[in-house]
Amino acid sequence: MAATEAELLDALRAGDEAAFAALVREYHPSLVRVARMYVSSQATAEEVAQETWLGVLNGLDRFEGRSSLKTWIFRILANIAKTRAVRDGRTLPFSALEDPARVPEPAVGADRFLDTEHPRWPGHWSVKPAPWPDEALVAAETRDRLAEAIEALPATQRAVITLRDIEGWSSEEVRNALELSETNQRVLLHRARSKVRAALEPYLEQA
Amino acid sequence: MTVEFEQLSCRELVELVTDYLEGMLPAAEHERVDRHLETCQGCRTYVEQMRQTIELTGRLTVEDVSPEAELVLLEAFRAWHTA
Repeated sequence: MAATEAELLDALRAGDEAAFAALVREYHPSLVRVARMYVSSQATAEEVAQETWLGVLNGLDRFEGRSSLKTWIFRILANIAKTRAVRDGRTLPFSALEDPARVPEPAVGADRFLDTEHPRWPGHWSVKPAPWPDEALVAAETRDRLAEAIEALPATQRAVITLRDIEGWSSEEVRNALELSETNQRVLLHRARSKVRAALEPYLEQA
Repeated sequence: MTVEFEQLSCRELVELVTDYLEGMLPAAEHERVDRHLETCQGCRTYVEQMRQTIELTGRLTVEDVSPEAELVLLEAFRAWHTA
């Protein structure tokens, strides 16, 4: 990929196919993942991502660089995905009524803790987590379990953990791309990471 | 009379872990977590497992673009450029 965004834009506007292909390889999989939050099937998400690229091309000559290219691309995606979701009769994620912070979802099941009224150790572990063996952490099977756990998350949590922890985006980039408040970004990340840890636990404890 | 700083329970701590690791807790709250961790083996293990989970997740890669999709998009790019 070109060294700076300005150079990349020049290359794209000049019709440099390699530059476009590199951009597609970098963002397309994430676009599909994010689209998946809004639409009901993988195939529709793929369509939305493809349509996003057409939107990117259509707007490229007018793009002024007020936001980063990445932010701009994901804004286009969000608009297309929302239009598509509405057309398909889906309710949108992150609406005011669905504020994730309002619906509690514990990171660890209540059965792992002593009662909050316990005379000596209220709310302390009743079954402490056991350390995970190093060898098991690097095993291919652990990787598969982890990938499955992420796949099983609700679409909004999956999008946040993918962008933050797999793609390494900053919280601000994720908030912009997904149009999330600071709090909701952290709540979703927290729930996603907590569930993935919990999914690995039974497997790694026996390892 | 001394005012006892209210102890954090393990059940509360597991809900603060992400904010703690993200460095988003107010200083006093961060210190409460640190103090709890000093004396609680179970929570130390828990925080370590969250770190390990994040690290393992970071080693995953997202799937590649399918060759078909890439072909379609490159065609669109060529059409756009020559238009």
